[in-house]
Amino acid sequence: MNDELLAEEFDEQPPDETPQPSQNFPSKFNGLKGAIGPLITTVIAFLMGGLVVLFTGKNPIKVYEAIFKGTGLNWFFHVGNHSARIPFATAHMWFPFDTASVAAQNLQQTLLLTTPIILTGLAVAFAFRCGMFNIGGQGQYFAGTIFAVWIGSSFGGMNPLLHVLFCLIAGTIAGAVFAGIAGILKATVGAHEVISTIMLNWIAIWVGEYLFGQQGPLQNSTQPSIPISNDIVEGAKLPVFWGLKLLQGLSVGIFIALAMLIVYWIIVNRTTLGYEVRAVGFNPEAARYGGISVARNYFLAMAISGAFAGLAGAIDITGWEYRIGQNDIAVNQIGFIGLAAALLGRNTAIGVGFASLLFGALINGTSGRQLDPSIFRPDLAGNLTTIIQGLVILFVGLNLTGVVAWVRRKRRRA
Amino acid sequence: MAEAPLLELRGITKRFPGVLANDNVSFDLRNGEVHALLGENGAGKSTLMNILYGLYTPDEGEILLNGVPIDLGSTKAAIEHGIGMVHQHFMLIPVMTVAENIVLAIEPRRAGVLLDYDAARKRVRDLSERYGLVVDPDARVDRITVGQQQRVEILKALYRGAEILILDEPTAVLTPQEAKELFDILRSLKSQGKSIIFISHKLNEVLEIADRITTVRRGVVVDTVPAAGATEEGLARMMVGREVLLRVDKEAAKPGDPLLQVEGLRVIDDRGLETVHDVSFEVRAGEIVGLAGVDANGQSELIDAIAGLRQVKGGRILVDGHDLTRAHARHTLDAGVGHIPEDRHRRGLVLPFSLTENLALHAYRHQPNSRLGFLSLRRMGARARKLLKEFDVRGGTPSTPAYALSGGNQQKVVLAREIDGDPKVLIAAQPTRGLDVGAIEFVHRRLVEQRDAGRAVFLISLELEEILSLSDRILVIYEGQIVGEFPPTATEEELGLAMTGGGRGEEAA
Repeated sequence: MNDELLAEEFDEQPPDETPQPSQNFPSKFNGLKGAIGPLITTVIAFLMGGLVVLFTGKNPIKVYEAIFKGTGLNWFFHVGNHSARIPFATAHMWFPFDTASVAAQNLQQTLLLTTPIILTGLAVAFAFRCGMFNIGGQGQYFAGTIFAVWIGSSFGGMNPLLHVLFCLIAGTIAGAVFAGIAGILKATVGAHEVISTIMLNWIAIWVGEYLFGQQGPLQNSTQPSIPISNDIVEGAKLPVFWGLKLLQGLSVGIFIALAMLIVYWIIVNRTTLGYEVRAVGFNPEAARYGGISVARNYFLAMAISGAFAGLAGAIDITGWEYRIGQNDIAVNQIGFIGLAAALLGRNTAIGVGFASLLFGALINGTSGRQLDPSIFRPDLAGNLTTIIQGLVILFVGLNLTGVVAWVRRKRRRA
Repeated sequence: MAEAPLLELRGITKRFPGVLANDNVSFDLRNGEVHALLGENGAGKSTLMNILYGLYTPDEGEILLNGVPIDLGSTKAAIEHGIGMVHQHFMLIPVMTVAENIVLAIEPRRAGVLLDYDAARKRVRDLSERYGLVVDPDARVDRITVGQQQRVEILKALYRGAEILILDEPTAVLTPQEAKELFDILRSLKSQGKSIIFISHKLNEVLEIADRITTVRRGVVVDTVPAAGATEEGLARMMVGREVLLRVDKEAAKPGDPLLQVEGLRVIDDRGLETVHDVSFEVRAGEIVGLAGVDANGQSELIDAIAGLRQVKGGRILVDGHDLTRAHARHTLDAGVGHIPEDRHRRGLVLPFSLTENLALHAYRHQPNSRLGFLSLRRMGARARKLLKEFDVRGGTPSTPAYALSGGNQQKVVLAREIDGDPKVLIAAQPTRGLDVGAIEFVHRRLVEQRDAGRAVFLISLELEEILSLSDRILVIYEGQIVGEFPPTATEEELGLAMTGGGRGEEAA
């Protein structure tokens, strides 16, 4: 009954008379070509960022070089004879890369940042495939962190493996349920997901502020004056496989994120669910005609989208943050960076992976502690990231391949 | 005949990557004539006209206006030379009024910046009176009919001083009545000295309105002939390059058990109005029942209700004895109802999907195309290859996106999918809309094949000719009611009368 009523809404949409495949919806048909647009986008964004640096009187090449070093990506060039800590063990053996260098530490930080960006990026990408714009990655991420902190700081005596899994699963479900609210609203009363997810973001933020604020129910039990949660117990922490736990080493969360890239690809391209989601995303009317419930897919796509974002939050908590404070909630932007990663990565698994690495590296490379003030003012460096991020989104919206075609046409005519 | 042409295109060649769209095409237009450009979809008609309208630059060849070579580098240049074009898809701003749309970009102004709306309205009135194009200048464009929107497009061109009008497939979007009105308008424009290029692939229209007919096939001009003396058969042969069967060749139907039974069906439309009132009919195995009617007399709602895409207010729908009155689209499909939808772009295809994916739009849920929720791309691909071959779909492999195909081939994909589902009942809603003669012949043959295979075929069409040539029985719908049943030997006049509510006596009031 409900499906039927809902679906009738779509009858009112004007028929798309000359439907054009949107550039934001890559299909397997544009293969490598699909990477050209994002690459041009990135290069132009960096060039313009360089202009801004020039404007401040600094040398952009030197700045970018310093940022690159700060990202730790130069670690890959440190090939030599080093000893390595093998994951989950302490034995030393020959390893081509130096795992203890500054570059290694930088790379660990970059990858720690990349992890949640991949997942929030997938969140945006999955909803996009169903024709929805999930701006609520941030809120769903918070839902994940809140549940991970709560469960991680309770159940002290639990089996460590079960405990950390419990945290991750609870965070994932929390994100899914939180996004699912927007999905249900869209599916039943047609509330636009952009509006509802933005509002849900604020709900998550203020619920977090309340929970971890002074006298909040989840606020630190030993230091009642500090607006911060309890630490999660040792057993709820993800194993750190590279670097030291005390120095914020890299946890196995990155592997979970990489696995999710594969899961995402499989769901989208190889399952009937992904088929339905894409059909609804491209043409809800045709999907309905094909016997697919549009409402059901709106809900499912939103919930799965939220699951990715919730998992991001849970991994951040169990992987390196271990606690959450009011301040963290105020400054955290991971959900929005994920949005940029999804846009730049054109909602493909591989694209989101690389775009997330780019943004993770950029944020880490421009963070205050990495830059020498004589090369670029560290307080401005963070803004450089924001500028590049903004330019990327702007150019993705511009549809560069279209611009190139237009310029070419102009030239032919001239 | 000795009259010098107003406009002449000489040796136009236009290449696109991999395609020779126009190959040394020459075409001329005389003052005050209607010159039809006839050809199948993809024959290069639109490319040629886009060159004339300044949208494309030809690789070779020249364009002469009154014997003087002109350079049409942009649409602006074309408009300055008095060339106006009415596109198949209208370029109007839906939320603006008719007058605002017409004067757009060259508005009469007040104080330099403000639109002088009264002056605009007056100019539109003058124009519309002069050429007999009735429009309400104050109506919002999204509130008027498609036929009226087309008049607005024509007025837009005339307002910009067009002496030469290019109409790209103008009747494709019109009802038969609107098409008739358009032809009256074109005759009136002609009598006032305008010259018209009329692009079409419909033979009867071209014969009715044109003075001369130029046929193009695969980018080459086949011939230019005067309309007087030309025949549909001859034109079709020129267009397709082979003998075309314009009449459907079929044997008498051998109807079996009723497979689709509709009893007292009542359906409401999106506005909440009841548009199907108490409709009852049946379609039996092995027969084609045609539903004739003027557009928007409840056909779409009736089809949607049978296909499970619209809720039923009252009555019953039975397919092979099973009650599907309240069934959703998925159940209806599973119960054996195939449905070739009215609008293949909006509903029949997911255009960015590959042909493999489009062909699997119903079958993706079933083995062997998927198992436990995982798609088998190999099986789906194999099925697609088989179907594409069987239905002679050209211009694409299984991995080609559907938008890359021509309309005829897209329709073949829809047809392949619906027929391959082995339906008991096949609903064919305007199955040949926008197709050229070659593709129409193909679709018709397939539908008759389905009938002969013992399926119940329910054909809905706005083209009387199609209804008459395919159907074994004809129902006429008017204002949501079945107003008559006719044998296939009925004349167009009889049907036409019933379609417009005649012959119903005082009931019609």
